[in-house]
Amino acid sequence: MSATPPSDSQWPLWEVFLQPPKGAAHEHAGSVHAPSAEHALQNARDVYARRGEAVSIWVVPSVAITASTPDDMGPFFDPGNDKAYRHPQFYKVPQGVRVF
Amino acid sequence: MADQSTAAAKAPEDAARNAEFEARIARGESIEPKDWMPERYRRQLTRMMSQHAHSEVVGMLPEGNWITRAPNLRRKVALLAKVQDEAGHGLYIYCGTETLGVDRQELIQQLLDGTAKYSSIFNYPTLSWADIGCIGWFVDGAAIVNQTMLAKASYGPYARAMVRICKEENFHKRQGYEIMATLSAGTPAQRAMAQDAVNRWWWPSLMMFGPHDADSPNSDELLRWGVKKKSNDELRQRFVNLTVGQAKAINLTLPDPELALDEATGDWKFGKIDWDEFWRVVKGDGPCNRERLEARRTAHAEGEWVRAAATAHAEKQQRSSTQAA
Amino acid sequence: MSSRAPEGSRSSLFQYLLRLGDDRLVLGHRLSEWCGHGPILEEDIALANIALDLIGEATLFLRRAAEVEGAGRDEDALAFLRDAADFRNAQMVELPKGDFGFTIVRQLFFSVFSMLQMDALQKSADADVAGIAAKALKESRYHVRHSAQWVVTLGDGTAESHERAQRAVDDLWRYTGELFIADDVDRDVAASGLGIDPSSLEAAWRSQIESVLAQATLTIPEPRYMQRGGREGRHTEHLSHMLAEMQVLPRSHPGATW
Repeated sequence: MSATPPSDSQWPLWEVFLQPPKGAAHEHAGSVHAPSAEHALQNARDVYARRGEAVSIWVVPSVAITASTPDDMGPFFDPGNDKAYRHPQFYKVPQGVRVF
Repeated sequence: MADQSTAAAKAPEDAARNAEFEARIARGESIEPKDWMPERYRRQLTRMMSQHAHSEVVGMLPEGNWITRAPNLRRKVALLAKVQDEAGHGLYIYCGTETLGVDRQELIQQLLDGTAKYSSIFNYPTLSWADIGCIGWFVDGAAIVNQTMLAKASYGPYARAMVRICKEENFHKRQGYEIMATLSAGTPAQRAMAQDAVNRWWWPSLMMFGPHDADSPNSDELLRWGVKKKSNDELRQRFVNLTVGQAKAINLTLPDPELALDEATGDWKFGKIDWDEFWRVVKGDGPCNRERLEARRTAHAEGEWVRAAATAHAEKQQRSSTQAA
Repeated sequence: MSSRAPEGSRSSLFQYLLRLGDDRLVLGHRLSEWCGHGPILEEDIALANIALDLIGEATLFLRRAAEVEGAGRDEDALAFLRDAADFRNAQMVELPKGDFGFTIVRQLFFSVFSMLQMDALQKSADADVAGIAAKALKESRYHVRHSAQWVVTLGDGTAESHERAQRAVDDLWRYTGELFIADDVDRDVAASGLGIDPSSLEAAWRSQIESVLAQATLTIPEPRYMQRGGREGRHTEHLSHMLAEMQVLPRSHPGATW
């Protein structure tokens, strides 16, 4: 990694999550550079939501995110796949009965 | 840097991982930032993505040149919105590149130092309002052909950035074509302006797709890695086929006397590209190479006090909030 | 949809709408000059957003102005075929963009004014004006948030940014008075409920500006003569240069469609 000239100021990276209208969950949209949370929120709105794609915006410093790694994939996610009782299709309900 | 023995020990392991990596790609799986990838894949993608990002940012300049002279309010906002989108595109792709472990600042420094490449189409001048129409029609048109392919690229962050960009790009091309149609149907001076722009932008636009396949060393690897899905010549032919009819529809002539339809393939055969011009411009002797870099260097240098102020202010806020806590 | 202006106020309303439209057209144009040259990519996008909002608002006000005038002109004819002496923007907005500090301080000064003005104009007796004002109010609020954030950042950033921001405040202050001077046009439209008297906005503007500048550790200059004339078509030397560039194509190709 080459040395950056001393005169150049860096702004930290933030991840941007947008919530589209109609009750959907927040989705990762990309990232922005900003010096503070307020700047990050404004930048996120200008860069990712200027076509009205969002009713809510979250910005999170990238360093604050803890992510699983692909090596985790096996033990981390496997336990779910063979436990059929976690899925609604496992359960038989008498015909004609509405559960909810 | 691993020593010889470690490198030798790693070799069979790497061969296996490489094989699995290429198998994943062949299965159409998406490679994500935390996945294992060959060093070379990481480097090639960093190069491709950063070049693409630089192109978007430098591309703001030839078009930005006419924002203050846009001839009516509707064209004024459309052009300003288009150039704004380009800044956004640059930003999406820089952020995508950062997932490969490089800092945006480092990439920008490479551009300003003159060591990074960007699409050489942007080293041409915009001499009239018609050039703005031509850029939307030809340059964005060519970019769409390329980006539609890249939307299925193997590297997840790049593909996702491309999907977002493609959505926005369609309005750019339509805007440009509409400008050309209006000029072509306008006064004699406007018609001449439009035809002159076409004469100057056609061949450089064809060069955007890069050298002929036979002269393109990186291509095979990029094809195997699912980063390129079609060859330079295939994409270039697709672009020509799309554009010939569009030009006819608005009574503008493409400056190629050899353009002729091959009935068997349905392709429009075209004349010889001046590769001397292409390499000349790539190597720094295009009409605007110096000006483009100068403009970016100036903006960056003049912006340093602003960026520094924001960093300093944020630090002050941090200190006072930790003190208050 | 247009509503008939009450008799007698026709020409005052036209002049008033030119002021509203020209302020935003000229300021939007000045902001658009930053595109491709901003201090960081994110700010290029932000400034372009503000410029787009302003030019959009200007288009609506000028369209309404043309309707009210009833002489067959449209918003483009008003924007691109009037000479500087017929423009009615305040002088503050036509000044060259300067450095980023100058641009953002001017944006703060104008946006707070616009926010207060649009808030009041939502009750205009002219349905179109009320509608435009409601939209412009939302936009102005965002412009205030953005520019205030930056003024505070620059004022309370580094020694250099503080100096530049203070210089911007000092240079711009003498142009702010014009925003609040009321003349016959203003009194006329205020009386008919079509517009508002700008002097009624001054106290609130002053209070908000003082608050932001205090947070930014910036000081307000000593009172001095306030420059004026823009509302009557007496501008600075800068406007005709700006218009020469902005209007060149329609002027060189009379009657052409673009």
